[in-house]
Amino acid sequence: MKLVDEFRDVRLARSLTERIRQRSVRAARLMEFCGSHTVAIFKHGIRQLLPPGVEMMSGPGCPVCVTDNADIDKAIALAGLPDVILCSFGDMLKVPGSNSSLQQAKAEGADVRIVYSTMDALEIARRNPEKGVIFLGVGFETTIPTIAASVLAAEAGAIDNYHVFSLGKLCPPVMKALLDAGEVKIDGIICPGHVSAIIGSRPYEFIPRDYGIACVVSGFEPVDILLAVDMLIAQIEAGLPAVEIAYRRGVTPEGNQRAQQLMEQVFDRCPARWRGVGQVPQSGLRLKEKYRRFNAELAFPVEPGPTREPKGCRCGEVLRGVAKPTDCQLFRSVCTPERPVGPCMVSYEGACSSYYLYGDDSGE
Amino acid sequence: MCLATPALVKSLEGTDAEVDISGVRRRISIYLTPEVKVGDYVLLHAGFSIRVVDQEEAEGTLELLRQMDEAS
Ligand code: SF4
Repeated sequence: MKLVDEFRDVRLARSLTERIRQRSVRAARLMEFCGSHTVAIFKHGIRQLLPPGVEMMSGPGCPVCVTDNADIDKAIALAGLPDVILCSFGDMLKVPGSNSSLQQAKAEGADVRIVYSTMDALEIARRNPEKGVIFLGVGFETTIPTIAASVLAAEAGAIDNYHVFSLGKLCPPVMKALLDAGEVKIDGIICPGHVSAIIGSRPYEFIPRDYGIACVVSGFEPVDILLAVDMLIAQIEAGLPAVEIAYRRGVTPEGNQRAQQLMEQVFDRCPARWRGVGQVPQSGLRLKEKYRRFNAELAFPVEPGPTREPKGCRCGEVLRGVAKPTDCQLFRSVCTPERPVGPCMVSYEGACSSYYLYGDDSGE
Repeated sequence: MCLATPALVKSLEGTDAEVDISGVRRRISIYLTPEVKVGDYVLLHAGFSIRVVDQEEAEGTLELLRQMDEAS
């Protein structure tokens, strides 16, 4: 496929690998923030290509994994209400809450529907005017503009039975929270490609400036990722951390300004709870007062009760980059993609799932 | 979950477009990228194009990498 195959070119990947080997003198720890990068890195065996001094670790960039247990419980409670249709992206269905999952709720009779786009959910609302239709709005900046667009379309079309349970989260604030916590030591960050297609590369500028950490925005093919690593190592070796873009065909410093403006138009920033990380200021989104009638939490108040974390699961530490999936006692023995204990194994883009499917550092 | 695939724009109709993804046709929203033209590639995410792919930049990146490869 055009724009994909060229960036899988083995020859280019090989010469990039060679250049990284030549450049790399100091030890460097690089974090790939985004779960889609984690999958690509494992799938293409990129960790094995890097020189021994370059260590890669996974970050919290999987919207499914970082959704707080209390929010999953709330989604399940909403789905269980009479005359409600809960629409969700497929990835969320298997995620265990405290006592159940959306999939289990569906099996027990709740009307839970998998949609591919917010527009599908809006269409379901249009066709079922007697029902309350709730879109489970999980996602990062990549997805949030599509949720904003659906709210504006609901307003324009007077589809008043459409509601959003807003769980959208913003990446730069959580990066700041992780760095401020100081638990994890990193020299460079592979910044998320499609989040950045929306927000641009400017929002990362505080990272080299305030923390002295190199940042490169990367695409998702092997050549893209190797190029990003090469650029990071060059910055680290020169001692000149900056924000650079390796994914120039998809990302500009300014990003998609129309999409940003739609987000601003529909949402206010608010604190949000991230699994493993806790409450992060300014990292969540709440529908503006003007759109309150589309707010599922106001339209359908539910009280799901106390939360319970899966016993023994170390997802929180995995998401903060302080434990590897293989450090978890349940990994592979009890917790597998078929019988996942925690969200990092449920989600295909979770670190535990990538380690399980594609082998851990030792190449097992 | 933030995956986006390159898709070739075949036709436009209001805020919708018909795109081709490796031979599969799909209707998507171009609400977030109104500047899109027929023949453009877009990054498709959850039914929306989130960005028109800059093909010149794609070529530029590849060209630089090929030069590096030849020089080595
Ligand atoms: S292996 Fe399973 S139980 Fe352990 S941290 Fe990962 S998801 Fe949680």
